[in-house]
Amino acid sequence: MIKIRIIPCLDVDNGRVVKGINFVNLVDAGDPVKQAKFYSENGADEITFLDITATHEKRDAMVDIIERTANECLVPLTVGGGIKSVDDMKNFLSVGADKVSVNSSAIKEPKIITEGAMKFGNQCIVVAIDAKKIKNSWEVFINGGRVGTGIDAIQWAKKVEKLGAGEILLTSMDRDGTKKGFDLELTKKISSSVGIPVIASGGIGKIDHFVDGVVKGGASALLAASVFHFGEFGISEVKKHLISKGINVRMDY
Amino acid sequence: MNLLTIIDYGCGNIKSVYNAFNLISKKKLKILISSKESDIKKSSHLVLPGVGSFESCIKGLKSSNLIDSILEKVSIEKKPFLGICVGMQMLATKGFENGEFMGLDWIGGNVKKLKKTHKHLKIPHMGWNNLEIKKENIFIKKLKKKINSQEISAYFVHSYNFETKNSDDKIMSTHYGQEITAMVTKNNIIGVQFHPEKSHKFGIKFLEAFLENEEF
Repeated sequence: MIKIRIIPCLDVDNGRVVKGINFVNLVDAGDPVKQAKFYSENGADEITFLDITATHEKRDAMVDIIERTANECLVPLTVGGGIKSVDDMKNFLSVGADKVSVNSSAIKEPKIITEGAMKFGNQCIVVAIDAKKIKNSWEVFINGGRVGTGIDAIQWAKKVEKLGAGEILLTSMDRDGTKKGFDLELTKKISSSVGIPVIASGGIGKIDHFVDGVVKGGASALLAASVFHFGEFGISEVKKHLISKGINVRMDY
Repeated sequence: MNLLTIIDYGCGNIKSVYNAFNLISKKKLKILISSKESDIKKSSHLVLPGVGSFESCIKGLKSSNLIDSILEKVSIEKKPFLGICVGMQMLATKGFENGEFMGLDWIGGNVKKLKKTHKHLKIPHMGWNNLEIKKENIFIKKLKKKINSQEISAYFVHSYNFETKNSDDKIMSTHYGQEITAMVTKNNIIGVQFHPEKSHKFGIKFLEAFLENEEF
């Protein structure tokens, strides 16, 4: 049976990893290529890069990072942040990214999902959904969680599947950075509404939160940033814990 | 010097395949990404990647006019050939993705949509899954010598399965709601549904075994 994937996420600003990473003496804390290599050698099943560079001119730095990472890390690489067109997708895929993640641009122009899927295959297109609970439902937010769209997250998830997305990266804005665990109700609602894999993200603080994401949330993959970057948990430690709870993960690395 | 050509026909994650071979070639092997017949003719190893739909890949390959020269290499000169993902699926007789399309028919069988055998089975089959050896041929024996681990897993991402006509052609399989063909072999032709170029250490060992392969 397929294994649950553990995915560290690297936030990159102008070519450097931000959210200060705490691997003293292990790797250059700011170098995304070295970070990615470290994770790939220590059990990461995929690696996601999120480009948070504010200005368009500096985005070429991200293409260079993907190219250099892909030269050394033979695990799947996803890149997201600021992808606005099929040409943007191509820039990353042609240097070795395996998937691209779209968020705000898909809300503004949903056909980017279909166009990307037609050109590169559904498996290439990840749609990132940032959702915030408003009363009894969840609303999709864009522009890094700053702008509400009025769109219902569950309806949007179903729609992106129809449009050709191969996967959904779901982040709870309410939980992101809180260390309180995933929004399991949201994760479960989305994962049971679509037939494509859902990556749960946002809120990991305890090792049992990973277990909950799978068992209670129905996620196919779990994405985390700071708990790995600050060395709170190692990927192997998380995987051993998942195995002890009967969850199948990849250990042959 | 040996020459490995990654066939460029407009479909595929060619750069990743190139990177993976480049890491292991140790400068002993020349690696080309090419759509030229003259390069295929000089090659000692051929790799056919493929990402996207069966239809778009087979149409791209047919319109490249490279099939005759590839076939000459593979069936007359018996050079090692590796098809990856849709590059493997195209070896089949027919593909049934969004219609019915003729494949290369080098290995008998049909490529059919994965069965949604239970409600929560996600499609595409995306991620790492265990490989089960169905038939121990010379290649597998060589591969096993390189691997210490009892368990081997590889990275998959696909929605269609190569259902081989002859079960003898199926060398490895995996399970995802149903048995899925992970590797086919016929003489010097290898096809894999998984992505060795994205399968970390196991993937490297697999590609090394392919490069060393002279007999099957």
